[in-house]
Amino acid sequence: MKKQNLKAWLYLLPALAFLAVFMIYPLADVVVYSLEEGYNSASQTFRGVGLYNFSYVLRDPYFLAAVRNTFLLVIVTVPVSTGLALLISLALNSVKALKNVFQTVYFLPYVTNTLAVGLVFMILFKKTAYSEGLVNLLINWFGGPSVDFIDGPYWAKMLVMCIYTVWVVMPFKVLILTGALASVNPEYYKAARVDGASKGRIFRRITLPMISPMIFYLVITGFIGAFKAYSDEVALFGTDLNAAGMNTIVGYVYDMLYGNSGGYPSYASAAALILFAIVFTITCVNLLISRKSAVV
Amino acid sequence: MKIVLEHLTKRYPNRNRKIREEVVAVDDFTFEIPDGTLIGLLGPSGCGKSTTLNLISGLEAPTAGRIFFGDTDVTSLPPEKRGVGLVFQNYALYPHMTVLENIMFPLGNLKGDARLSRDEMKRRALEAAKLVQIDNLLERRPSEMSGGQQQRVAIARALVKKPGVLLLDEPLSNLDARLRLQTREEIRRIQRETGITTVFVTHDQEEAMSISDLIVVMKKGVLNQISKPQAVYDDPVNLFVATFLGTPPINVFDGEVRSGVLHLGDDAVLTVPGVRDGAVKVGVRPEGFVPDPEGALHCGLDRVEVMGRDTSIVFRHGGLTAETGRAIVDASDAVGLEGGEVRFSLKPQKTHLFDPDTEARIYPDGAGKAGER
Repeated sequence: MKKQNLKAWLYLLPALAFLAVFMIYPLADVVVYSLEEGYNSASQTFRGVGLYNFSYVLRDPYFLAAVRNTFLLVIVTVPVSTGLALLISLALNSVKALKNVFQTVYFLPYVTNTLAVGLVFMILFKKTAYSEGLVNLLINWFGGPSVDFIDGPYWAKMLVMCIYTVWVVMPFKVLILTGALASVNPEYYKAARVDGASKGRIFRRITLPMISPMIFYLVITGFIGAFKAYSDEVALFGTDLNAAGMNTIVGYVYDMLYGNSGGYPSYASAAALILFAIVFTITCVNLLISRKSAVV
Repeated sequence: MKIVLEHLTKRYPNRNRKIREEVVAVDDFTFEIPDGTLIGLLGPSGCGKSTTLNLISGLEAPTAGRIFFGDTDVTSLPPEKRGVGLVFQNYALYPHMTVLENIMFPLGNLKGDARLSRDEMKRRALEAAKLVQIDNLLERRPSEMSGGQQQRVAIARALVKKPGVLLLDEPLSNLDARLRLQTREEIRRIQRETGITTVFVTHDQEEAMSISDLIVVMKKGVLNQISKPQAVYDDPVNLFVATFLGTPPINVFDGEVRSGVLHLGDDAVLTVPGVRDGAVKVGVRPEGFVPDPEGALHCGLDRVEVMGRDTSIVFRHGGLTAETGRAIVDASDAVGLEGGEVRFSLKPQKTHLFDPDTEARIYPDGAGKAGER
């Protein structure tokens, strides 16, 4: 028995070693950094130990703007993308002709490079000396004034950001939900039809509860993914997100480490831990809710 | 409510697209199911019995023909307007609802004047649950119940709207042997108590025989025989019906009629007046053999299986289409059987003749026809 245990640990060793070096040590290091006040990365020295880094970050207007942007993004995109994905999946599930074509079309954004997608959005939204952008052309056509979506007012930039994020995260959700819908035993629908259930009631009382585990999964991973948004912002607004007023928490962490204003690993660590605390709390809340309403 | 099927036909396009010919699942069915009876649709897998059930329920539309419930033509009505209760083979209970919610689900679908108050719905659901004796399990979920209990819930859900017709698709096939016996009696009891016209589908002839008022035997979409269980057994219209019903199965011989006498191999076993000379298929029920030292049928004795009340004699004969045949005789008649040979005389009413090509029944003079009973 003991010998077997030893063997098991031996087999686990490579994986454990990797985990320790690349996961556990950096995590511990982040905590250590976040507590070292006045850390200087050149001389590897620090003044003292305390919570100053956290209080600095929490008072930094750039960080507060990043938190606001991130929360806005999360609150708008997670429900919108999940809801839209559900609608699209339901539609996909009920069409027969060209189903595969539609499925491929909806899945394309998933395999497309973020930066390439960013370029497409530029064409759609960016105002240049030569063009107003496709969307502005549409707005003008309907008689509205042009809006500068990339360098203009905050709401316009946020709108583009949200549309972009929804568009990027949708394919995966559609994929998962079409799978979930297809796995519902058709006999349930037949039974409901014989019993005279309306389409709406079948959806509410049968379809939705049957696929609810998948919806919760998508909401939870959607929250986590949206809180970690960064590359999409860069794709749209460039690397100087603070100037654009579109920074996110992960963007703030990156800036504190490497950006023009970088070289402050302690602030970056503190911000990263705050993000961790936020994501952790929200995921716990999500799980609690899904446990309560989860069935089967 | 009586159900009338008129020239009911269902054709599907072949699954293999290269084959143009359509698959005929149900071929020109015409029969009437009297009000308040329990009828069994019996046949081997793929004979179209489930399709027939789906046509009656309205889940599938017929290619041709009409369906009447009572005097109303329901052919073009959708399932929810036909007033049928349907129990699926795997019950199709909603796993996220409790038993009570499952049973109440059909009532919640009622609209307009038919709408019920929550209390009324609960009362009706409880009534249905009491009928199938699961009123103590109302708060359970389907996953917390045995197959037999789930079956009852499915029946309660099908009955709660008080439909005119109850349809059961292979209701017993997911149950173990002991539960199957118990449940089929239960289905019979529920049917008697409610007096509802019930159609159930099965491939198990014993199941169909034991509880049905009428049996409909089908093969490859064609209706072969519709009769009372005993009549189907005693008077099969063709070789298929004869071989499909009965355990142990009927013994089939290749025989020949020569000037009114039936020969099995070299043995002249029975006089069959009025039957034309020529080859015939002969089916003899296991209980149609009488051990008789003077008997005309000479068989090789393979082995004797004692079953208590009866004795089963396994024998060989040159005319048999199978390797061995089986006779079931009273234990007292089977004493002293040993050695290489056993001789039987045949009971005429247990011996059926069939045309070797069409497999249709050949009736000697003086024997009743199934259709005339």
